[in-house]
Amino acid sequence: MQIYLPIAEVSVNALLILGLGGLVGILSGMFGVGGGFLITPLLFFIGIPPAVAVATSTNQIVAASFSALLAHLKRKTVDIKMGGVLLAGGLVGAAAGVQVFAALTRLGQVDLMVRLCYVVFLGIIGTLMLIESLRALRRARAAGGNLPPMRKQRGWIDALPFKMRFRTSGLYISVIPPVVVGLFVGLLAAIMGVGGGFIMVPAMIYLLGMPTKVVIGTSLFQIIFVAGFATLMHATTNYSVDLVLAMLLLLGGVVGAQIGTSIGTRMKAEQLRILLAALVLAVGVQLALELLLAPSELYSLADMRVAP
Amino acid sequence: MAVTIWLAGVAAHAEAVVAGLSQDAIAITTNFEGSEILIFGAVRREAPPPGTAPLEVIITVQGPPRPVTVRRKDRRFGIWVNTDASEIDAAPTFYAVKTTAPLSVVLSQTEDMRHRVTLDRVIRAVGTGRADQDLFNAALIRIRSADGAYQLIEGGVRLREQTLFDTAVRLPANLTEGEYVTRIFLMRDGAVVDLYEQTIPVRKVGVERMIYTLAQDRPLIYGLLSLCIAIAAGWMASAVFRAIRR
Repeated sequence: MQIYLPIAEVSVNALLILGLGGLVGILSGMFGVGGGFLITPLLFFIGIPPAVAVATSTNQIVAASFSALLAHLKRKTVDIKMGGVLLAGGLVGAAAGVQVFAALTRLGQVDLMVRLCYVVFLGIIGTLMLIESLRALRRARAAGGNLPPMRKQRGWIDALPFKMRFRTSGLYISVIPPVVVGLFVGLLAAIMGVGGGFIMVPAMIYLLGMPTKVVIGTSLFQIIFVAGFATLMHATTNYSVDLVLAMLLLLGGVVGAQIGTSIGTRMKAEQLRILLAALVLAVGVQLALELLLAPSELYSLADMRVAP
Repeated sequence: MAVTIWLAGVAAHAEAVVAGLSQDAIAITTNFEGSEILIFGAVRREAPPPGTAPLEVIITVQGPPRPVTVRRKDRRFGIWVNTDASEIDAAPTFYAVKTTAPLSVVLSQTEDMRHRVTLDRVIRAVGTGRADQDLFNAALIRIRSADGAYQLIEGGVRLREQTLFDTAVRLPANLTEGEYVTRIFLMRDGAVVDLYEQTIPVRKVGVERMIYTLAQDRPLIYGLLSLCIAIAAGWMASAVFRAIRR
């Protein structure tokens, strides 16, 4: 079933887009990632202009994340206080990121920077998570059952001032690390055109020491706001949010997110982390290959949209 | 309009085009999958065909021109990076050329320059300051040809009895809105004998038009609307699933 997208100005198969949204929705419910790092390259691949793909996927992320968040809220696996602290840093970071993005666009190197960011962060995070979760899985097996996670040594983080109690996460830590994490993720999210969940989730687990079950809901909570902010920015500055494309994506996405959430609760935390790590690594390697291998077409076109 | 051009043609030349198009406007609707225009016509003669050189026909369809940046990658520090760029002032978003015989036979250099028939003449890239601008133009043509946006079909026009001609031009689904100009050239010995021109407007209609206009004119409201729809869809899916599980 072909459908014409009014902003992207291309005709696409509606069922293909629905399926794509569903697939990414499942991942977003399972892992607490918005799925932007997957959906944007996939949209490029089916011929949606990059500007429209980036802007529209932020809108789809809002829908999928909200759907998944409601499921998490019901299970009380959202640390709203922590989410608020992360968000405060995130919005400041995102606003700064938009400026960096504009500067890179003027230099014509935005593509390269985005790709390098993806490769570096996906590579580092994927590798670290894979090693850590494999080790945790082996430890659990050796002990013949589920061990409580080892208490992390966070010497210098514990020494920071402005301590706050986060009851849902069972933490009593300084607000400085979460604000810095939020700031950094917001900055990257704006540059890379994603919600930033795939950076946020590991940062919360490994830097802040939050329990995995709470991490996913909390990540979704802050992604909604960062992605919503990005959607508005794209709609008002680039006129590149395609409502029809977004509707198709989110129809598939919200259903997928619900399915993903229920799959996620039935799996062990270590298994979830191994899967997410493998996924992150696969996308990272794919993007790295594109940078390293000689492209078949050396030239590329960048259409300049005529502003009204 | 056709009649006036035709009359002018008769006054100036011994042979003139009388032509028609299967559509005088194209509407882009929600289920738009591209379109096909049939272009047909005949040669009107006051006297028997002159000379020995055969009559040939060139038909072009041109979409609205837009500026475009062509970037070239090069290997730097082991990775492929955009190093050079050329900003082309105006390149048509769609361009089709159909002829009765190979262009090199049908069209002389001077006539090509005067009427801008081939893509090399249509694409305006002046003052880019690049010595290798040709390479960028060629890349633009190569990439757009692969998408079906640029077409050159030599021998794609059928000409019968040196009088009746017809062809079909395939318009892809990713059409840019605007005026599409159809030109029909009657050629003899590489020179243009007569020229017929007609414009077809391509417009979005209905819901497509509404969404596009809203996005352009009221971007903030459009953005907020997109967010509301996203939140509502997320909430509804959650509610539906809860109801199913119960």
